[in-house]
Amino acid sequence: MTAGDTDLKTAAVPKAPRVRREVHHIGLVAALVLLALVGVVTEPDNFATSGNVAGILALAATIGVITVGMTFVIIGGGIDLSVGALMALASVWATTLATQSYGPVVMVVCALLVGTGAGLVNGLLIAYGRLVPFIATLAMLVAARGLAQRMSDRKTQLVRPENDAIEALSTTKVLGLPLVVFIFAAVAAAGWVLLNRTTFGRRTFAVGGNPEAARLAGIDVRRHTLMSYALSGLCCGVAAIIIMARTTTGSSTHGDLYELDAIAAVIIGGTLLTGGRGTLAGSILGVLVFTLITNLFILNGLQTSDQLIAKGAIIVVAVLLQRRGLRAPT
Amino acid sequence: MGQYNGDPPVLLRMRGIVKRFPGVRALDGVDLDVRPGEVHCLLGQNGAGKSTLIKVLAGAHRPDEGEITFGGEPFAPATPTAAMRAGIATIYQELDLVDGLSVTDNVFLGHERSRLGFTRREEGDRRARELLARLGHGEIPPRREAGRLPAAGRQVVSMARALSHEARLIVMDEPSAALAHDEVDNLFRIIRELTREGVAVVYISHRLAEIREIGDRVTVLKDGRTVARDLPARTTPTNEIVALMTGRDIEHAFPDRPAPDAFDDRPEVLRVEGLTLPGSFEDVSFAVRAGEIVGLAGLVGSGRSEILETVYGARRATAGRVLIDGRPVRPGSPGAAVRRGMGLAPEERKSQALLLDQSVAANMSMAGLDRYSAFGWLNRRRERADVRAQIAALDIRPPDPDRPVATLSGGNQQKVVLARWLLGDRRLLVLDEPTRGVDVGARAELYGVVRELAARGIGVLLVSSEVPEVLGLADRVLVVREGRIVHEGDARGLDEPAVLNLIMEGSAL
Repeated sequence: MTAGDTDLKTAAVPKAPRVRREVHHIGLVAALVLLALVGVVTEPDNFATSGNVAGILALAATIGVITVGMTFVIIGGGIDLSVGALMALASVWATTLATQSYGPVVMVVCALLVGTGAGLVNGLLIAYGRLVPFIATLAMLVAARGLAQRMSDRKTQLVRPENDAIEALSTTKVLGLPLVVFIFAAVAAAGWVLLNRTTFGRRTFAVGGNPEAARLAGIDVRRHTLMSYALSGLCCGVAAIIIMARTTTGSSTHGDLYELDAIAAVIIGGTLLTGGRGTLAGSILGVLVFTLITNLFILNGLQTSDQLIAKGAIIVVAVLLQRRGLRAPT
Repeated sequence: MGQYNGDPPVLLRMRGIVKRFPGVRALDGVDLDVRPGEVHCLLGQNGAGKSTLIKVLAGAHRPDEGEITFGGEPFAPATPTAAMRAGIATIYQELDLVDGLSVTDNVFLGHERSRLGFTRREEGDRRARELLARLGHGEIPPRREAGRLPAAGRQVVSMARALSHEARLIVMDEPSAALAHDEVDNLFRIIRELTREGVAVVYISHRLAEIREIGDRVTVLKDGRTVARDLPARTTPTNEIVALMTGRDIEHAFPDRPAPDAFDDRPEVLRVEGLTLPGSFEDVSFAVRAGEIVGLAGLVGSGRSEILETVYGARRATAGRVLIDGRPVRPGSPGAAVRRGMGLAPEERKSQALLLDQSVAANMSMAGLDRYSAFGWLNRRRERADVRAQIAALDIRPPDPDRPVATLSGGNQQKVVLARWLLGDRRLLVLDEPTRGVDVGARAELYGVVRELAARGIGVLLVSSEVPEVLGLADRVLVVREGRIVHEGDARGLDEPAVLNLIMEGSAL
């Protein structure tokens, strides 16, 4: 083949269309900047303080960590409705008198194990029991809340003074930011690496994008599905530690409706609910946008009901924009 | 009904029908005459244009040229519903019933018996029962869920739907494909009853024996054109029909083959012993040697694809075993098959092989990620280098590893699937319809690639519904009919009519 021949053949092909993720992220970043501007204008004295910024990030940490796990599950073609309930169960289990008597390290390990264990049950039911993810995790949502109520006798369990190392995660500040923010950052970074730099991440996209093709390519789809739900459970365990640090309590009411916030953050972050496509950065940006809105409404003394309406509107707008951005070029 | 001037009246008359799709003329001058009360058989190879023709009749496609009259009136339905109202009903091969609805609901789907928006269940059931009885199946309960009926029952429901529209012409696309032998007899009984009442049937089947039994006249299509029409179904010799179906215009350039005895001293890569999957195939045994291309020829539904999928572990046989390099492979696990050195290019490239949103690179490496990772960490530089090497080796265009695979042509997508397996050491490649959706020019290129892979010592197991492809590419051919291998032989010793004969009737000419 001559050089000219090659040129002709490549020249006939239009410039490679790339999926416009970057564009979408720019949109989210722009939304963040816009919201921050609104904050600066409406509450010049309170918004741009280091305390408020730290507060926003600490608030975002709980749901943010959960969203990392949720992103894996959704890209892998599933859904996890049980996240809020798993976080509550893990916080209750870690704050029982029995667990607390072993000290803060055991409390942390307990929260992680409870989250991961419940996530494994989700995964087993879905991957090997062939339950629809929606149903399996809905059942887990209900059952885990029930178990948490039973263990706590519907009472809020305080973290005892001798275990104040837990609370210290929230009160100790480095560079002006509480440690829980660094936990969030670490989980997000680890999640990004796992999704983008490892075989696990690649297979998550494959399993969610086309399970049949993944299976025929020799990927163990069921084992992978099991692992992604376990990962989501693990994230719920981490979130439980953060909520214990911030509130110094374990309670069966923690994390109510977190599943919806997490799913919404993943969706506005550009991840397809049908699986196979998405980014972790988008999900994190989605969490930040939501938290910032909450913060602005609180600072301006507005009702939570208005806040909910605004969030609903944002979900719809984000998905509409996304559909235009991702429309396949023909 | 139509004008009667000495000749028997014509119910449907098609002249010079042309239907173009981007890049192809699916129909390129089709003529067809169907008389009331006859069973008119439509014959042609895969790709001859039968499906497109059916869709034109069903109102799903509008022809670009040509004229159609039905019952003496010009016929140009805008929608499938319009075609049905005009009196043409189509029964597709994949029956289009809604499994969760009752028999009655399916029969009247789209034209429910209703008053003021409320369905009239009693009347619907009564009408459905009448129609089913007319078809000789009064025993099917109208309230039964359609999904719970056996294949034959579902077909009767489909026909009841056709009759509910007072159809004067019923198009049946391979109606016997899903039926057992005695059920076919019943189908024929129903067809005879319908034709006695003056309903015309356009009957499409690959099975010549059936056409001889039920058909009145035959029209043969080839490459989108009518090559012969109104042949008598019972008396036209088989070899004449086969010759009409085959005589091709387009010759594919197939690569040279090694001598037939070149493989005698090569080791067996694949050995299949007594493989059985009830309902699909039985007691299938064969071997593929290193460097050899073995082709399976057979009709859709003959079991050829199921054999392939079972060898690969996508299905699990009830008896028999599959050996790679003399050692058995764990059955029912594609993962095990891949670890032992098999690779599959499946029939439905888009739904079974590709991650359409993802890049060429991600699609290529997805089956061999372990090669590029240590403790799960991906070495993306090495992955990329290998992907680039494969893109160059197989001449994938455009040569861009980051391009979404959905934007590549069919031929280049297929090369990506092949390249997926070439990233690692492969012993056996399993190719199911490797050139489906690939245009003619790219086919020759793909054939070259497959032969080259074989020359490297990889065994190739090939399934294609295009007989010339199997004959031109394979070294050895296995003919599958009704789940059994009925013939095995060197590809050079067979020609297309002989294979078609084996496929359709089981006896050489």
